[in-house]
Amino acid sequence: MTRALGASAVLVAFGVALLGMVLAVAGARLQRYQLIRGAYAAVYVNFGLLLVASLAMVWALVTHDFSVSYVAQVGSRATPLFYTVISLWGALEGSILFWGLVLSGFSALAVWGGTHLDPRKRAETHADVERLMPYATAILLGIGAFFYLLLVFPANPFLPVSPVPPDGPGPNPLLQNHILMGVHPPLLYLGYVGMSVPFAFSMGALLAGASGGSWIQLTRRWTMAAWAFLTAAIIAGMWWSYEVLGWGGFWAWDPVENASFLPWLTATAFLHSVMVEERRGMLRVWNLSLITATFALTILGTFLTRSGILSSVHAFAEGEIGYWFLTFIALVLIFSLALVAGRSDQLRTEGRLDAVASRETVFLFNNLLFTVFTFTVLLGTLFPLVAEAVRGVKVSVGEPFFNSMTLPLSMALLFLMGVGPALPWRVASRGIVRREFAVPGIVAVLIGLVIAVVAGGGIYAIAAFTFGAFALTINVRQFVVGARARMRAHGENPPVALARLIGANRRRYGGYVAHLGVITAAIAIAASSAYKAESESTLRKGETMSLRGRTIRLDELWGRQEPQRFVVGATVSVMRDGAAIAQMDPRLNFYTTSEQPITTPAVRSRPTGDLYLNLMAVERDGSTATIRMIVEPLVPWIWAGGMIIVLGALITMLPGRERERERVVAQAPVPGVPSRVPGLVPASPLIMSEPDARGAGS
Amino acid sequence: MNWRRAAIATGFAIPLVALFSYGMTRDPREIPSPLPGRAAPDFALEVFRAGDDARDGPSPGDTIKFADLRGKVVVVNFWASWCLACRDEHEALSRVARAYADRGVQFLGVLYSDRPASGMAWISDMGGQSYPSVRDPGSRTAIEFGLYGVPETFIIGTDGRVSYKHIGPVTEQLLIEKIEPILPPVASQ
Repeated sequence: MTRALGASAVLVAFGVALLGMVLAVAGARLQRYQLIRGAYAAVYVNFGLLLVASLAMVWALVTHDFSVSYVAQVGSRATPLFYTVISLWGALEGSILFWGLVLSGFSALAVWGGTHLDPRKRAETHADVERLMPYATAILLGIGAFFYLLLVFPANPFLPVSPVPPDGPGPNPLLQNHILMGVHPPLLYLGYVGMSVPFAFSMGALLAGASGGSWIQLTRRWTMAAWAFLTAAIIAGMWWSYEVLGWGGFWAWDPVENASFLPWLTATAFLHSVMVEERRGMLRVWNLSLITATFALTILGTFLTRSGILSSVHAFAEGEIGYWFLTFIALVLIFSLALVAGRSDQLRTEGRLDAVASRETVFLFNNLLFTVFTFTVLLGTLFPLVAEAVRGVKVSVGEPFFNSMTLPLSMALLFLMGVGPALPWRVASRGIVRREFAVPGIVAVLIGLVIAVVAGGGIYAIAAFTFGAFALTINVRQFVVGARARMRAHGENPPVALARLIGANRRRYGGYVAHLGVITAAIAIAASSAYKAESESTLRKGETMSLRGRTIRLDELWGRQEPQRFVVGATVSVMRDGAAIAQMDPRLNFYTTSEQPITTPAVRSRPTGDLYLNLMAVERDGSTATIRMIVEPLVPWIWAGGMIIVLGALITMLPGRERERERVVAQAPVPGVPSRVPGLVPASPLIMSEPDARGAGS
Repeated sequence: MNWRRAAIATGFAIPLVALFSYGMTRDPREIPSPLPGRAAPDFALEVFRAGDDARDGPSPGDTIKFADLRGKVVVVNFWASWCLACRDEHEALSRVARAYADRGVQFLGVLYSDRPASGMAWISDMGGQSYPSVRDPGSRTAIEFGLYGVPETFIIGTDGRVSYKHIGPVTEQLLIEKIEPILPPVASQ
């Protein structure tokens, strides 16, 4: 029953998606609003259908209905409820179902948002959105149709199983070992799938011939939201890998890690260059290309994970589904490349670069670096495939390549993150340059020298601290200068001034908050890798081992049978001055479905860094245990940095207040911004109303 | 719509799609071994447990040199006490080794990433082993054989060349099929 419900919901969703596409395009061509409304209805109906299908699957999982193929594949009566529910995305078919759910939900939100525009804004800003919505809807339904088709044929999770098995194997042991498995995959899907919406808007704009204007704000907002999810997902994935895999690292340049990173790079580039478009009417084709690339890279990432063409720890079971994705990638690439290239004539650039020392230039360099970064990671990821195709040899591209290529790029980006916020639009005078960079420059050099002398750690560690200090000083300075100006002008106390400063310029200061997060994470990553120390020892009970002035003592070894696994653990005391100050318990989990034990390292986090213990092996008679001890400075700041980035993104997305919108209409255009160029609707009201913090302060 | 430009742009998709199509025909996990057909790496390994039927075979402490085995078919099996799949193939190995011991076939069990004491205990648990076990300090020999994991079994012909490599547990039938055709000529009569 559950099975039939789920299977038919997905099948109907596929039909509805096709019908909706036809209605949307026909409605737009024939100017028949009823047809277009039908297409919108199809989007909402599909969300309902996918919700039904997903709930049916969760129900089947929870009730251990092994007559459903997916449940028979990943379910087990012994698996705890939480891991049973999240096994919805634990294997191929379920993950596609979840993808379909998220996509249908986002599509519904996008259609709702695009058809319920703020009526208080002037009608002309809505005209282009109204024109592109039917086409964007058709694109979203088209992407949806592909995923629903997967659910009907190659990745059908609702196939019948006969005879019904009494129990199942349970999820992949690695996927039921840590609570972050409930967090990382859904965030990743929200980020990945979210990128479909900006893509649909862009393609819709090109198809409708909506050349420039306010749809780019809608696109930007959706990209920002998806980017925030993707950022959180990547950080959560790093965290999961650190907490589970037991090698004390969080990033291995695995093809699928790269696949999540690639769209992040292009989306980050877009979030910066879109400001140039909004402000100066430049880079339109480029921005469309970035959006397209971002979407294509999310599909590429899905293809890499599910086709098994590259060797990766993340790979799902291989199968014919790879060919389906390959066909889809080919269609997406051909369609979007043709459209962007064929219609780029409509996207004439209005603005012009005025001076080298200006924020536009920094954004251009930023985009150049992000593009090179993307190509580097893409090349390294696909190179094994290229090498085998061209020369017939098996190669693997690992950390040395990626690190040596991307570290200089990262340093340059860190540096630019400091330069950008300090430079004004259009042109910066020599005085501004001196005033903005003198103090941060001195601070950076001093910190760099101190790190070089005290800690050493190689050129990149020192550079990360130097450029990090530079960027940090400048970004923090933006808050200080702005808040001070408010304190003087309005007599506010510091916290109020800071809160109101951020509140009145959410995009700008949200962006700076995100910068602070990136800088924090970058410094922490550099420090944790450069100053990491590790050692491994086999201890008897009562014996101790030391590393970097930290001592641990093995107290006890124990074993415990749990419903779904057997756990072997060590109780270890952290010693200080001969006394135990804390206990840690690294474990090994033995699942019946896995030959090798799954480790659960014990991590003791302090702001200065982590003490990381991994139980490597245990003697059968319980006499000795081999423990790897790792001391990693500043690691918690990577996770904190990630949260700060997401906080920054949230700040930029908070809806603006009414008062500011009114001010825009009343306010004279900012000098130098071509606000009445034909075809260019004034850029974001918020950005136009930004009082320049420096201007107000001086 | 500028169709010419559009057509040129789609051209960029072709190499990428072609590359992925090619990738679909390959298995990235399959790592071809250069060994079959080539000379097996030389080795000299210390015995830590004699074979059960060893009448005049090597005893613990002896060193088995590959050069001394020339003229025999040599079956090198890499295993470990922590390896579950090794349990499945153990009996097959032990039986085939016993059956061919008098026909010029020498089996060797190379302990991989493990302690001899654990290896000894494991063999006792498994009910003995007909052929000698050697240790491989620092996994040097394993590295020279290009070991990917355990168990892996290499069958080396009388000419010292690797004639067959097997990843994963072997079966009795498979061993016999691979050994029979390359038995030393005199012994096989």
